[in-house]
Amino acid sequence: MIELKNVSIVFGQGTVNENKALNNINLKVKEGDFITIIGSNGAGKSTLFNTIAGTYLPSEGAIFANDKNVTRDPEYKRAKYIGRIFQNPLLGTAGNMSLEDNMTITHKKGMKWLRRSLNSKTREMFRQQLVQLKMGLEHRMKENLVMFSGGQRQALTLLMMVLSKPSLILLDEHTAALDPKNAEIVLELTNKFISEYNLTAMMITHNMTHAIEFGNRLLMMDGGEIIFDIEGEEKKALTVEKLIQKFHELRHKTFENDRTLLAED
Amino acid sequence: MIEGIFVEGLIYGIMVLGVFISFRILDFPDLTVDGSFPLGAALMVQCLLLGMNGWLALLVAFAGGVLAGVVTALIHNHLRVPNLLAGILTMTMLYSINIRILGNRANVPILDQTTLLKQVTEKFTGIIPDEYILLVFFLIVALVVKVLLDLFFRTDLGMTMGAMGNNEQMVISQGVNPKTLKTIGVGLSNGLVAISGAFAAQYLGFADVGLGQGIIVSGLASVMIGEFLVLKSNRIGVLTLCALAGSVCFYAVMYVGRFYGYVIHMTPSDLNLIKGVLIIALLIATQAKKLKVPFKVAK
Repeated sequence: MIELKNVSIVFGQGTVNENKALNNINLKVKEGDFITIIGSNGAGKSTLFNTIAGTYLPSEGAIFANDKNVTRDPEYKRAKYIGRIFQNPLLGTAGNMSLEDNMTITHKKGMKWLRRSLNSKTREMFRQQLVQLKMGLEHRMKENLVMFSGGQRQALTLLMMVLSKPSLILLDEHTAALDPKNAEIVLELTNKFISEYNLTAMMITHNMTHAIEFGNRLLMMDGGEIIFDIEGEEKKALTVEKLIQKFHELRHKTFENDRTLLAED
Repeated sequence: MIEGIFVEGLIYGIMVLGVFISFRILDFPDLTVDGSFPLGAALMVQCLLLGMNGWLALLVAFAGGVLAGVVTALIHNHLRVPNLLAGILTMTMLYSINIRILGNRANVPILDQTTLLKQVTEKFTGIIPDEYILLVFFLIVALVVKVLLDLFFRTDLGMTMGAMGNNEQMVISQGVNPKTLKTIGVGLSNGLVAISGAFAAQYLGFADVGLGQGIIVSGLASVMIGEFLVLKSNRIGVLTLCALAGSVCFYAVMYVGRFYGYVIHMTPSDLNLIKGVLIIALLIATQAKKLKVPFKVAK
């Protein structure tokens, strides 16, 4: 699976603004892992995702995917086996195109050529897949996506990504920009798809309860480091209070500032 | 006169389709057009002078245009130059290249050469009234190009290009290199522009290195007129038709300006001003139209 070895990222190296966003990260993501990641702003969570996805080139260290060194592979190459969902629900789909066109583009990864895959057969396949979302979108396949809500578009992005069967999915606070009701729906779908399709996933969240409730493994980040990595039974026994206590123990600083950032419900 | 307007509008319509691809579908404002239009004209004229078959010469012009577009895309992709500047660089270089192609001359006439248009006219004399032959011919040519483009943009590759113009991150997330898409798209766009230039040279009876001056503005104005005329749609067939209709309208206005402008003491050199004012007026009109829409679509 995905492995990071001694990965560091320094922004503005050699300038007064030098900032070590990731500091010697070692992480092994096992197949079938569902990892939740918490940490305050600036802890390096998104930088970690950007590094795994290939948006940033590490200053030091190496990244391996299925035992192959992919450190220098560009983002679009890694996208063939790494699915990613952003906080902005509009980033996963093209708004000026119809739902069926969007699905045609996303149902298979890799360069597209002069074939026309959209026909009655694939259309029927898309329709059946859309039923899983229970949003009635299967009746709106010819509508442009600008007409859809953020929650619907994020759910679609999730569905289309899951169908491309990536080895790893990266969820970067993918429900944070949605209203509470839609956030709940998308989160439930996420959990359902991950267990149904047996996916390996990493999810950044600001919600400690979600971080504890979902997944089999939890990472806590601070100052560009993974300061806490817990899984299995140990993680199941975790509570919000214990998590805050743990942070205090590890960092010898108060969590008060972060309590405002990390919601508890 | 009316057939003249249509012929002109349709010849330049092929160029407008090219501009439509780069500006609207790829969201890549490409100024190479000012150089690839006379490039197409120069290649056509020089090939005809060398005694080449007209259709083959057209293919050469197309290939030259594609190459010019590819150069712009490569400069933009690999040197991380903004797309506008990349286009200006290629356009500037093409000025010299075009003069070279024309044998170190700025203007080469082909009035005594057998052009494609003359062949077509000869073939259909007597079947169709003489003054309508070229009109029918260019109507067919423009529609063939339009239909081919429609088919192209309905393939997986074409659709992905459309998605890239809207949302580049989405295309990257699908494992597609946007640089490759831009290279193909800008190449295709300039290929069409060069074809348009090649036909324009035959229609005018000469190739001139200044033929492309301000052509991008004309192209853009035509695209905008087309969009203004027709209701908003995302069907590629409607959009390409709008581009052609916009071109005919735009060149009709220019035609009238050229022939009847003297009434208000207008000279041909005033046309560029008119083009600019026309674009500004269209921008204002489009804004006014948008304000009436109950919600604004975020891009």
